[in-house]
Amino acid sequence: MQAKKRYLILLSAGASLILLFCFGGIQVPLSRRGPGRRDDHSLTGYHPGAPWRRLQGYLKVFSTWEKDHDFHEDISPRQKRDSNSGLFTGRRCRMESCFNFSLCERNGFKVYVYPQQKGEKLSESYQNILSSIEGSRFHTPDPAKACLFVLSLDTLDRDQLSPQYVHNLKAKIQSLPLWNEGRNHIIFNLYSGTWPDYTEDLGFDIGFAMLAKASISTENFRPNFDVSVPLFSKDHPRTGGERGFLKHNTIPPYRKYMLVFKGKRYLTGIGSDTRNALYHVHNSEDVVLLTTCKHGKDWQKHKDVRCDKDNVEYDKYDYREMLYNSTFCLVPRGRRLGSFRFLEALQIPSTVRSIHQDKILSLRQQTQFLWEAYFNSLEKIVLTTLEIIQDRVLLHASRSSLMWNSLPGGLFTLPQYSTNLGDFPFYYAKLGTKPYPKFTAIIHMVTPLVSQSQPVMKLLVAVAKSQYCAQVIVLWNSDKPLPAKHRWPVTSAPISVIEGESKVINSRFLPYNTIPTDAVLSLDEDTVLSTTEVDFAFTVWQSFPDRIVGYPARSHFWDSNKERWGYTSKWTNDYSMVLTGAAIYHKYYHYLYTTYLPASLRTMVDQMSNCEDILMNFLVSSVTKLPPVKVTQKKQYKETMMGQSSRASRWADPDHFAQRQTCMNKFANWFGTMPLIHSQMRMDPVLFKDQVSILRKKYRDIERL
Amino acid sequence: MYASGKYNSRGPALIPRMKIKHRIYYITLFSVVLLGLVATGMFQFWPHSIESTADWTLDKRSIHDAPLIRLPVSSPIPERGDLSCRMHTCFDVYRCGYNPKNRIKVYIYPLQRFADELGVPISSTGLSREYNDLLSAISDSDFYTDDVTRACLFIPSIDVLNQNSLRIRETAQALAMLPRWDKGMNHLLFNMLPGGPPDYNTALDVPRDRALLAGGGFSTWTYRQGYDISIPVYSPLSADVELPERQPGPRRYFILSSQTAIHREYRAELERLKEENGEALLLLDKCSNLSQGAASARKRCYKGQVYDYPQILQESSFCVVLRGARLGQATLSDVLQAGCVPVILADSYILPFSEVLDWKRASVVIPEEKLSEMYTILKSIPHRQVEEMQRQARWFWDAYFSSMKAVGLTTLQIINDRIYPYAARTYEQWNNPPVVKWSSVNSPLFLPLIPPRAPGFTAVVLTYDRVESLFRVITEISKVPSLAKLLVVWNNQNKSPPEESLWPKVSVPLKVVRTKENKLSNRFFPYDEIETEAVLAIDDDIIMLTSDELQFGYEVWREFPDRLVGYPGRLHLWDHEMGKWKYESEWTNEVSMVLTGAAFYHKYFNYLYTYKMPGDIKNWVDTHMNCEDIAMNFLVANITGKAPIKVTPRKKFKCPECTAIDGLSLDQTHMVERSECINKFASVFGTMPLKVVEHRADPVLYKDDFPEKLKSFPNIGSL
Repeated sequence: MQAKKRYLILLSAGASLILLFCFGGIQVPLSRRGPGRRDDHSLTGYHPGAPWRRLQGYLKVFSTWEKDHDFHEDISPRQKRDSNSGLFTGRRCRMESCFNFSLCERNGFKVYVYPQQKGEKLSESYQNILSSIEGSRFHTPDPAKACLFVLSLDTLDRDQLSPQYVHNLKAKIQSLPLWNEGRNHIIFNLYSGTWPDYTEDLGFDIGFAMLAKASISTENFRPNFDVSVPLFSKDHPRTGGERGFLKHNTIPPYRKYMLVFKGKRYLTGIGSDTRNALYHVHNSEDVVLLTTCKHGKDWQKHKDVRCDKDNVEYDKYDYREMLYNSTFCLVPRGRRLGSFRFLEALQIPSTVRSIHQDKILSLRQQTQFLWEAYFNSLEKIVLTTLEIIQDRVLLHASRSSLMWNSLPGGLFTLPQYSTNLGDFPFYYAKLGTKPYPKFTAIIHMVTPLVSQSQPVMKLLVAVAKSQYCAQVIVLWNSDKPLPAKHRWPVTSAPISVIEGESKVINSRFLPYNTIPTDAVLSLDEDTVLSTTEVDFAFTVWQSFPDRIVGYPARSHFWDSNKERWGYTSKWTNDYSMVLTGAAIYHKYYHYLYTTYLPASLRTMVDQMSNCEDILMNFLVSSVTKLPPVKVTQKKQYKETMMGQSSRASRWADPDHFAQRQTCMNKFANWFGTMPLIHSQMRMDPVLFKDQVSILRKKYRDIERL
Repeated sequence: MYASGKYNSRGPALIPRMKIKHRIYYITLFSVVLLGLVATGMFQFWPHSIESTADWTLDKRSIHDAPLIRLPVSSPIPERGDLSCRMHTCFDVYRCGYNPKNRIKVYIYPLQRFADELGVPISSTGLSREYNDLLSAISDSDFYTDDVTRACLFIPSIDVLNQNSLRIRETAQALAMLPRWDKGMNHLLFNMLPGGPPDYNTALDVPRDRALLAGGGFSTWTYRQGYDISIPVYSPLSADVELPERQPGPRRYFILSSQTAIHREYRAELERLKEENGEALLLLDKCSNLSQGAASARKRCYKGQVYDYPQILQESSFCVVLRGARLGQATLSDVLQAGCVPVILADSYILPFSEVLDWKRASVVIPEEKLSEMYTILKSIPHRQVEEMQRQARWFWDAYFSSMKAVGLTTLQIINDRIYPYAARTYEQWNNPPVVKWSSVNSPLFLPLIPPRAPGFTAVVLTYDRVESLFRVITEISKVPSLAKLLVVWNNQNKSPPEESLWPKVSVPLKVVRTKENKLSNRFFPYDEIETEAVLAIDDDIIMLTSDELQFGYEVWREFPDRLVGYPGRLHLWDHEMGKWKYESEWTNEVSMVLTGAAFYHKYFNYLYTYKMPGDIKNWVDTHMNCEDIAMNFLVANITGKAPIKVTPRKKFKCPECTAIDGLSLDQTHMVERSECINKFASVFGTMPLKVVEHRADPVLYKDDFPEKLKSFPNIGSL
């Protein structure tokens, strides 16, 4: 019995001891497992390799208090600014030190182009740059009003070996009376330096001038002063420009090749290491990086062991085919393109492969957006350059990066209109907001008010009755004096009358300050619309706030016999325009119409008193790259209404239609492309003409005849 | 144990039964076990006790325990900072390596004290509380490594936040003595107050060779774009004062100037503005009767009237941040905290974190020269924008300015983004405040593209065993001109699909995929067989759609490739009585969903449905065998922020709601279940993403008085 008890106790004691070990109570031997950590710690605990630990106890607080005496004896800030502009010149130029802002204050951001000197030959590209500036709204022929100056001496190609190279540029520039050491000048350049070192020197003293230059390296780029422009070929279109080649967002987004490159290998000299290393990554399956050694006259001399094999591979692939069928394209440095050390040469495929599908999808679309917004024509490149500089000059009214980097891009988003993203029709989704839920009607009147039964009276009442109507503005463009106040109908929404100053048709698109809403309902005086129709159109517009939403639809077509664009008002199965005689669109387009479009087009419209609606459609479609939206209407527009009003004369005039054909072609010419896009659908109320009781239908009036 | 106690309590009577030897034995055993237990407890609950004993002294660590290093006079000095440094010239990215987590590893040197040969320390303050906070925050973060060999970025524990307290030459020598210094490659220094009197350089004067500098108060001349990081000047007030977030809106003062060290020339200019604009402008200075120090930092005065600082900042719409001796001002941080829009007048100043933050949305930058026009300029800013800027300003403070931790980790994240650009945070992630992140959408198919007609669409028919009906559907669809391929998803595991010879003869390829399980989500799988962008999901009993209607649907989808374009429309409604969402299939004037029994959509959404559906929605659908279409509507609306497009007039559809075998009762349970789905999904998404519209798409000439044969889509809406 005793022995049994003893064993039991011994056993339990042993068990408890084992338990102790298991629970980690006695761990002295185990704690040595760390890689000699215990020995790492000297007595103080500080030793190379010791992890950082928060210090406890009192530490001094660092003070941000600036001592007065430090500063008050300092030179005045104004003097300091002046001394800066003496100090930071040449390669250290910044807007603050090398640009004279005061020139831009009086007349805004205006650009002067030097008159062309006789006998001075300009390359086609440079000629195009100059004409793009001259055709833009920034141009001024008066140097006294200008804030930025552009030389009429070709500075694009500064490679001495090039036939385009202009000699004696230095002397020619120095002799210009307005040169002023290059202050407020911008110099466009594509190529600089030559073999073998390819310096970025232009071969003349640019003084205080800014550079808009291709392949500029970070060493020479003066931030907030120079502008880096893309390298473009002489075939680059002047205006318009092709849309990107992306037609599909395929899923999965991978293409036949993952990564491609095809180009010269320089073998020796500047920029050769990068391309010489490409063969490490080439696998001739989905990573195809091809180089050729054939470059220059004496390539055989530098030829290395891989050349023959590489040259054979090189000829096997078609460059275009590769570009179209690859997910990524490699852009390694060449002779000129900066000096980017080829950091991750061996990692690129794995890096590229780790990019997520969603990312590829969005990157690919972003390339297309950037291409179409800033790169696809010379005009866009030049305008982008000017807008970038304008943003620096008008600091507080400049674009945020969201405006530059999202649709429709900086050229269509003018910060002079507003710097508030919510004031534009493009960012509602990005900000998670909605447009203001009311509209302002603007009725364009040219005939005098003679009777109370005039169609415009009915229209006024119908429109003002809409629950979404905030304000009705009558634009009085008639030669007759304004009618007395009491002659206007009494309506729930206030009616205000603006007397047109110039009485021109474009004044209907002026960005009036009195428009309190985001949406504008633009109306001709002879338009026939019911309150229901207006209500419905407005609810549709709320879904498409960046487009024109309205009633009368028209179409364009390519007339292959006459080789020009045609305009048709016939009933067709599709449309590409919605006339602004009865349409809702965002107020911003008034501003864009008035400021973005060139004076030449607007004058043409004013002189003919026609085509303003077509021009508006061109403008909006070129911004959105989308068709307008037609909504269903109760009665047929205008065609059936003709003869009812004296205004109809405008539509009955046979010249009127011919003019509109001319307009189409003039406009397409200025835009450089045909921005209009066809749509085959129209928006109807959900229960439109459905076999269900009319009482259940919210917009039943639209169906009634 | 128990036994021995019991014996003891019973008194001496029992003792004689036991031998002394045994008693000693038991007592010893008892005490050993007790001791063991106590020891266990101690080990278990003693903080950090598992680590080595040296760490036990942790709590008592202080700056004085750090080893003192004496710098020989002749100790080398690094080169001055190289202005041409860029990431690809002065930084060794190979140290960072290819890293599956795309995260740089940061090593912090252990603390040492440095002094010259005479024993005079290199810094008058030593380690400041702020730098201690900064380093501690980094060491607690994911960036940190204590393995020096794996690190890609090194941070010295030498505090150079404030150049005023440094001995420049000796500090430089100390840096050069760091074991991994190597010309400063991959070293990061934090400095908030650079330069010193009289000329106040805008970057740290300590020679530092190639080291990266996270500096407060860079000017465009000293800032190496893409290399240095401009950081805020931390305001110590942030830790002491709590300013609750205010709703954006107009405030009592229009413009407030609260800085104390403003040059007299500028102060005179501000006084003039004040005279012109009166009450709208509040111009504060330090209080003359208070001694300088902590107390005076919290007070500002105007003509004897005392204001609490920084609380007064919350009373103003715009707050002036004027350059002082230095470009970077701690006031900026206070101003942002107060949700006041900073008006920055500091020519050539590189704003904090401007590499990633869009300051134009949170501040107004005015050239110093235009100080006199400040009032006019600010007045021209629309109200809505001021409110947006106020919100943005506060968000910047919350996320990037509020503590040394925020400053430090933001800096590291920026460097991280440079090293792994393909995994970098997006503009929206950096700049959108949470409320905007929550309500905004960034559609994945954002480019306005109308895909060409030619590739056509792939019809995906989900079927179980209704072969006859399936064959009719196939025959009907095959008449649609733009049909490119038919894909039958055979969801019946117990039965094989009919023999090939029995299938209807169609002119397009017809593929049958057999599924492993009878799941509804099989219909939304992104099959490789779907080679077109456009997918037509169609049930095996939808035979009433005409070829014109289907072709028109495809044309509408081309105009709206990022939306669901479908035939039967449905609506969600808020049931006020029940306080929850309700599903509605009646003839309504509104639409917020289209059923995927017949709908076109982009193949991308198949991919999203299969791999990115939030929460347990996919499982819910598969277990309930219902609501896959509602789930798809939620998914698409949530990511695009857009309503679906219903096309063509309503027909009597053979749909789950209408084919109830058992008449009303089943119909009702079905509706109840679908209402359940809406509520369930809304709670998973955390919001109701569906958008309600009142329009549908019809052909341009639908029901118009026009010869039918001239219409592109004459056969629409017939029953």
